[in-house]
Amino acid sequence: MIKSFGWDSVEFLLFATRWTLLLSAMTFVLGGIFGLIFALLRVLGPRPVQLLIAGYTQLIQATPLLILVFIAFYGLSFLGLYFPPLIAAAISLSMYTTAFLGDIWRGCIESIPRQQWEAADALAMTLPQKLRYVILPQALRISLGPTVGFMVQIVKNTSVTALIGFVELTRAGQLLNNMTFQPFAVFMTVAAIYFTICYPLSFISQRLKGSRHVGLAH
Amino acid sequence: MAYEMQFGPIIAHAPDLLQGAISTLSLSAQSIAIGVSIGLCCAVARTEEPRLLGKMVATYVEVFRNTPLLVQLFLIYFGLPLIGLRLTADTSAVFAISLNLGAYSTEIIRAGLIAIPKTQVEAGLALGMSRLQVVRHIVLIPALRVIYPALTGQLTLTLLGTSIASAISATELTSAGSKIESANFRSLETFLTIAAIYIALTLAFRFVYWLIGLWLFRRKRPPKPSLIADIPAAGVAA
Repeated sequence: MIKSFGWDSVEFLLFATRWTLLLSAMTFVLGGIFGLIFALLRVLGPRPVQLLIAGYTQLIQATPLLILVFIAFYGLSFLGLYFPPLIAAAISLSMYTTAFLGDIWRGCIESIPRQQWEAADALAMTLPQKLRYVILPQALRISLGPTVGFMVQIVKNTSVTALIGFVELTRAGQLLNNMTFQPFAVFMTVAAIYFTICYPLSFISQRLKGSRHVGLAH
Repeated sequence: MAYEMQFGPIIAHAPDLLQGAISTLSLSAQSIAIGVSIGLCCAVARTEEPRLLGKMVATYVEVFRNTPLLVQLFLIYFGLPLIGLRLTADTSAVFAISLNLGAYSTEIIRAGLIAIPKTQVEAGLALGMSRLQVVRHIVLIPALRVIYPALTGQLTLTLLGTSIASAISATELTSAGSKIESANFRSLETFLTIAAIYIALTLAFRFVYWLIGLWLFRRKRPPKPSLIADIPAAGVAA
């Protein structure tokens, strides 16, 4: 039965948007936790660990996200691990996000001048104290802009999971397109919903990056 | 848990994989050529700022940077035939990926153009250089040097992003992989092999960018632009 694109279709898409948002949130939290651990280990860890993390980052950044998603969904089931699409999607997106956020945050930590570490040393701070009171607060301020900017990438990247059949916004669009045969209306609406989520994040990210330079002037 | 990986059935498809890799290379090369050209034109339009044109470019950039490539691809492949423009999957892929890269490279190139002070252009003209010489030696190459890491990073993302074109069955590596996978059901081995080929392609591209960089920036480096020194300074200010 061919139905036409109407208000109930928009409702259907908005309903699916909740899954996009949930997956984005899961990815950001998981990827953020591991990204922070990786960033710290990359800066402070023993040499072999540093190399291992650098290698991981390089490999993931040179693999298409879609292939990671396929490996997690189709591939791992052959090892006797079956993941439902949501979990497979969350695992692969988090691995991807870890590599990128870890790299971004490592850059932020490394951009804190050496003297800050030395000053903290001179005050006889322990390593956790140095991180907590001196390094991380400054690194956090630098990282805000790029981190929010990467959130946009995360939201957009969740669209790839449509290809393993996870019914988020893009997949819902595909399904709706198959029902209505009105691709222009359907995908324009889908794009508009993504834009509504992503544009404010992009805007905030730009403002945060800009304000750092304003801060410099004073 | 006793699963034995068998790459034999995948290696039997080596010619298909090679063909896929070549298609991916060609798709990326076309998209990069068109996308960077779009980016260059739009960046110039935005910096030279005729009001309306600049606004239009800004809208294009924001729309394409804030929606997923997959949705752009669907819009172009499924949506354009409705207005009478029927494109093949391959052409749609080049079209969508170029427009996507165009939006990102506009912002990157614009940052480079802004980094060149107007006074340098005036100095060049005062020394009797022709307009073309000024554009080449004073604007483009120094600007390119500032943005080179960001631009090549974006080009790498574009190469990897071509895998998304498999969603509309354009001919490229991921589609080739999916076909092999559905022929022998060795999913893990197939996608691991595909991942390895992408990694090799990425490394090859990075090597080429590095070579191009050596050739482009073969002249003596000027003192670093202050833009780069910003980040540590922010730490001190805090």
